Amino acid sequence: MSILIYANTANGKIHKSALEAVAYGSKIAKDMGTNTTAIVVGACDDADTLGEFGATKVLHANDTKFNSFDPSVYAKLVTAAVEAEGADIIIFSHDYTGKSIAPRVSARLDAGLVSGAVDYPNTNNGFTIRKAVFSGKAFANISITTDKKVISLLPNSVDKSPVGGSASVETFNPEVGASTVMVKEVVKESTDLPLTEAEKVVSAGRGLKGPENWEMVEDLAKALGAATACSRPVSDMDWRPHHEHVGQTGVAIRPNLYIAIGISGAIQHLAGVNQSKTIVVINNDPEAPFFKSANYGIVGDAFEVVPKLLEAAKAFNAANH
Amino acid sequence: MKILVCISKAPDTTAKIAFTNNNTEFDTNGVQFIVNPYDEWYALVRGLELKEQLGGSVTVLNVGTAENDPIIRKALAIGADEAVRIDVNPTDALQASKEITAYAKSEGFDIILLGKETIDYNGSQMGAMISELMDLPYVSLATKLDVNGNTATVSRDIQGGTEIVEVSTPVVISAAKGMAEARIPNMRGIMAARTKPLNVVAATGAAAATTISNYELPPAKGDCHYIDAENAGELIELLHNEAKVI
Repeated sequence: MSILIYANTANGKIHKSALEAVAYGSKIAKDMGTNTTAIVVGACDDADTLGEFGATKVLHANDTKFNSFDPSVYAKLVTAAVEAEGADIIIFSHDYTGKSIAPRVSARLDAGLVSGAVDYPNTNNGFTIRKAVFSGKAFANISITTDKKVISLLPNSVDKSPVGGSASVETFNPEVGASTVMVKEVVKESTDLPLTEAEKVVSAGRGLKGPENWEMVEDLAKALGAATACSRPVSDMDWRPHHEHVGQTGVAIRPNLYIAIGISGAIQHLAGVNQSKTIVVINNDPEAPFFKSANYGIVGDAFEVVPKLLEAAKAFNAANH
Repeated sequence: MKILVCISKAPDTTAKIAFTNNNTEFDTNGVQFIVNPYDEWYALVRGLELKEQLGGSVTVLNVGTAENDPIIRKALAIGADEAVRIDVNPTDALQASKEITAYAKSEGFDIILLGKETIDYNGSQMGAMISELMDLPYVSLATKLDVNGNTATVSRDIQGGTEIVEVSTPVVISAAKGMAEARIPNMRGIMAARTKPLNVVAATGAAAATTISNYELPPAKGDCHYIDAENAGELIELLHNEAKVI
């Protein structure tokens, strides 16, 4: 009985979502009186930092053949680690990588999977985990009925403070076969701050009237250290790239701060953002439905309000640095 | 080119979400059901485009009871050649994946397409599970798919960018926004859909590994704190001192 966590990397470093997953897994391990092992796949030079978040052992699959991401190969590696460690609970981050591997591991082990978990498991009566369903419009408590259990944790869901401690890092290169997916090219987004990882997001909609008016949105985002996003009509009209579209059929996000400018708040848009901690709505229509979901609202013309906010944000930055 | 598109039934994006039976069941009263948008707009339409370009056939597959026939007919109206329904109401994705695998493994499909997730349970599980159970490669969150002979070239979303990969068919691919433009069925398609084959296949009785205990609605938001547009700059102080998010 132990807990295994798949710790994601990016550019040869442990990714911040992995710290949260390890903190989450080690809290469960502590409550159950067991140990936490993490598995890291591919190049990574700071795997030992996982010890500070509660891992006691790190298995590092560092053979260069694992540098290219193939969910099939990665799932076999994780399953081999499950066997080696006798793990009963396997935890992933519910991000691009975890979404590709966790269900494969679940199918390989014939183990129940809760994907997008937002809380710790409740073990009072079985093993039940909360997750958002209906695109954030509700939650479901899902019981896993198999002995082995797989969880993928929605990033930004639980406390990820370091607990102190250290981990031994062991090389782990079992024979799992070659990759069948060949990576030809990787195109990085031009932005430094991917939308799905941003803690602050400034988003704008049709109220901005045209793509030429986005400069003030970008300036405000920059002043706040935020990523930029947009509503579906804006991406459909090609005013902004598709990857910026947040909503039910775009990207779902849950930043600490979501500022919506000139977005009325259709139910499909809300579904992608309504789990944000603080929502600010700026709209010239006082009847815009988005105000019902907002923590802060400003009724006014975006072209007058946003420059004022930008000025205040710059003054705030100047005073706080 | 033999293409399988797995489609799921989902409540319309504008449906009011409510629960009955002591919050253990989704309240379907007054809810309009649709083909899950990712399955229809992206997976199905790209499957049809590939068939138009390369020849072959598009089969749509749903795991569900006869209640799902209207949405299956919709997929036929958009252009699929035939449909298969595996006759069981699945409890979870693992169960549905096992049923799909039991049917599809002997059918010789070159490409199995499905949406990246459903808009009701948002699991993002099916594609990876089917590929694991069928021992096929899997490319998730694909935004572009081209096929040349036995090679599929796929662009997929990854953390902070896009990856272009090559993979041999047969392959399982989950579709995200960008892969195709939604099609609206025309009258001819709707008429033709009535007579296209919809084969009902008995389920194998695969087991689920999870059950839903109950549902909860999110707590209601408090009242919105309005700030006068003239003094919009005050928001920054409130976000710092009150909301503590900057």
